[in-house]
Amino acid sequence: MNEKNKKEDYSLEALKAGDRNEFARLVDNYSAVIYRLAVKMLENPQDAEDVLQETFIKAYKHLKNFDGRSSLSTWLYRIATNEALMMLRKRKYVSVSIDEPIDSSEDDQEPLQIIDWCCLPESELMSSEALDYLDEAVDKLPYSLRVVFLLRDIDGLSTKETSEVLTLSESAVKTRLSRARMHLRELLSEYFGSKIATSTN
Amino acid sequence: MMDQHKCQYLLESLSDYVDGNLGEEVCAEIEKHLVECEDCRIVVDSLRKTISLYHTTSESPSVPADVKERLFRRLQLEDLIVKPKSEG
Repeated sequence: MNEKNKKEDYSLEALKAGDRNEFARLVDNYSAVIYRLAVKMLENPQDAEDVLQETFIKAYKHLKNFDGRSSLSTWLYRIATNEALMMLRKRKYVSVSIDEPIDSSEDDQEPLQIIDWCCLPESELMSSEALDYLDEAVDKLPYSLRVVFLLRDIDGLSTKETSEVLTLSESAVKTRLSRARMHLRELLSEYFGSKIATSTN
Repeated sequence: MMDQHKCQYLLESLSDYVDGNLGEEVCAEIEKHLVECEDCRIVVDSLRKTISLYHTTSESPSVPADVKERLFRRLQLEDLIVKPKSEG
């Protein structure tokens, strides 16, 4: 997105040479988005802080090997998502994989909620309760869909950038994004539909 | 009444459709279907609204001041931390 492109204005030469001021600028610009991504992936602020720190420690260590084939932001996001996945595997003792095949039973899932809630006032759509629900809905997505949704719709990466971060094909990114969005639409329709039902009763 | 086949086709392309990633011909076909099918229209509108709500609410991420301070300290950059401007 625009804000992201603006952030790409760094001297790679200075960064590779270990310039502290330039690296501090990079950290300052990207710490918020990396932290948010980690919080949403891990659902735990302490783990997210560890991922945030590890991401920039690794970035500093490996900057000299950065070949510029991808953008600096894509490269940072890749380090951060890898760190978050490692953390998930380590702390949750579960197998977490981004490239796992999507459950085919969901392939043909049709929308169940056909409720027109778009007419609700902004005060209702953006109430603090609604915002909490939006967050909770994302937490309900399986990791393989959630991370794609976060990168594409929350952080504003392009399909190509997301595919580079996750080493997935662009078509896999599109499929996962579509599933994630449709899943969230269902959850939000359920939630806002209940608000409409309450107000009309 | 709903044409199940067309609805299914639409649903598969919906995410690309709202992103504007489909060709003119496919868009025209989808839009023709949307005129006839109220259910699909609702799904399209609510999907658009879903995405736009998330876009709106994710515009200004921030990192808590204490988290940022610990990060800069860990990176031995504490002398370079940019503190947010205080208001007033």
